[in-house]
Amino acid sequence: MFDDFFIRALVAGLGVAFVTGPLGCFVVWRRLSYFGDTLAHSALLGVTLAYSFELNIAFSVFIISSLIALILIQLQKRTNLPGDALLGLLAHSSLAVGLVVIGFLTFIRFDIMGLLFGDILAVTVDDLLIIWIGGALILLVLKLIWKPLFASTVNYELAEAEGLNPDRAKAIFTILMAAIIAISIKMVGLLLITGMLIIPAAMARNISDSPQKMVIYSIIGGLLSVIIGLFSSLEFNTSSGPSIIAASLFLFILSLLNIKQSIKLKN
Amino acid sequence: MSSNNNLLVKLNNAGYQHNDKWLVKGVSLRVEKGKIVTLIGPNGSGKSTTAKIALGIYKKIDGEVEKYTNKVGYVPQKISIDWTLPLRVRDFMLLTENLKDEAINEALSLTGVIHLKDKNLGNLSGGEFQRVLLARAISKKPDLLVLDEPVQGVDFTGEIALYELIKKISDELNCGILLISHDLHTVMSATDHVVCLNGHVCCSGSPIDVAKNNEYKALFGEQASQILSRYEHKHDHVHTNDGEIKKN
Repeated sequence: MFDDFFIRALVAGLGVAFVTGPLGCFVVWRRLSYFGDTLAHSALLGVTLAYSFELNIAFSVFIISSLIALILIQLQKRTNLPGDALLGLLAHSSLAVGLVVIGFLTFIRFDIMGLLFGDILAVTVDDLLIIWIGGALILLVLKLIWKPLFASTVNYELAEAEGLNPDRAKAIFTILMAAIIAISIKMVGLLLITGMLIIPAAMARNISDSPQKMVIYSIIGGLLSVIIGLFSSLEFNTSSGPSIIAASLFLFILSLLNIKQSIKLKN
Repeated sequence: MSSNNNLLVKLNNAGYQHNDKWLVKGVSLRVEKGKIVTLIGPNGSGKSTTAKIALGIYKKIDGEVEKYTNKVGYVPQKISIDWTLPLRVRDFMLLTENLKDEAINEALSLTGVIHLKDKNLGNLSGGEFQRVLLARAISKKPDLLVLDEPVQGVDFTGEIALYELIKKISDELNCGILLISHDLHTVMSATDHVVCLNGHVCCSGSPIDVAKNNEYKALFGEQASQILSRYEHKHDHVHTNDGEIKKN
């Protein structure tokens, strides 16, 4: 069944969408889209490391992304630079260092486009296992920290005062972000992972009135984007990542119609 | 002693500084079950800071804070809800505790906002939102309630009703309440213990003691002192009775 590369890509993409749905909602709620971008950019460094030392790509991306997140937290504490400047600094310097390292790895032929924009041909059965097992773990942990994470997203002091330990939840969430980037890099590519997190969640925001609904619609939006995107990628011979993201943009535009209608109803 | 079993939170010479400036210093107070402790003081005197020290929100503090319960309900002075969150009143009620629907309905009815249950939080008026905040804090039947100006923006009749409700909750749930309020009339009628802050504890004691205190008079003016003692006088027999029963 998984002999066909397209089936493999589809199963992998759907697995990714299940996880990016809920995580993406938190990225939107907590205004973390640039943080996601930064982790994703640093993933290139992780990939080069994987090739250099013959490590598993998802594993080494996870390690590097977590490391960058840690460095960011330290920099935030120790410098007076604003958060977005620090994010930009880390994102572009880690991307640059990654590209420089690739320059040195002349003995390996690199498919840079595949790394940046995703490559469905590259998805192996091993990748499927990583995506589905890793994804299930991410969702399980997210469910466990949901209450403190959500409460502190609404109001940090309320969560802290009523004994929910929001700092721990935030730290765990950072690790989950690194993990989702690690498992989805082959599918969507490192330049577009944040789009996969944000766009379905943004679409869901337009059509939901409660957090639970937003999560569910975000998952559905991600699944539809993967299906539409991959079929059109096959049809038009385009890269998988951009096709999926373009499909999600299409769904987002559709969701805007819903806003227009509800505004009209109010008037 | 038996009073020690009733202790919910205790501050011992506690203080907090931010950017090398002391927001509040040397505060000692204790909140016990069934008692209402009120913090009063001018703007910037460290009332909210003291509440946050008691709640454990500020961690790098001077002195000691001992908290004997984790069942806490908190109504912060300022809270801004982001409209990126699609949040209805009923979702907000479940923020820190998994409650049954009956418990949610009961709390929302008590503060008079049951009709807003399915409304989006962002569409509420200031007073409505304040009532929802109070409902959320009491719905989990906490041991300790920390109320930082809980009736700000609430209409006049509502204000009185909510203060009565707070008093009733303290009696029914036997929970301790740390209250911050600007309304001296109300403060004095319901409070067991008043702590008057001005960057440090300027004076503390029963309402009537504080009213007589010269530092209090200097801080709030002679008129405030009269309000307070007049109020105390008006309800003299009620309070004296209460006190005497306990003393005997």
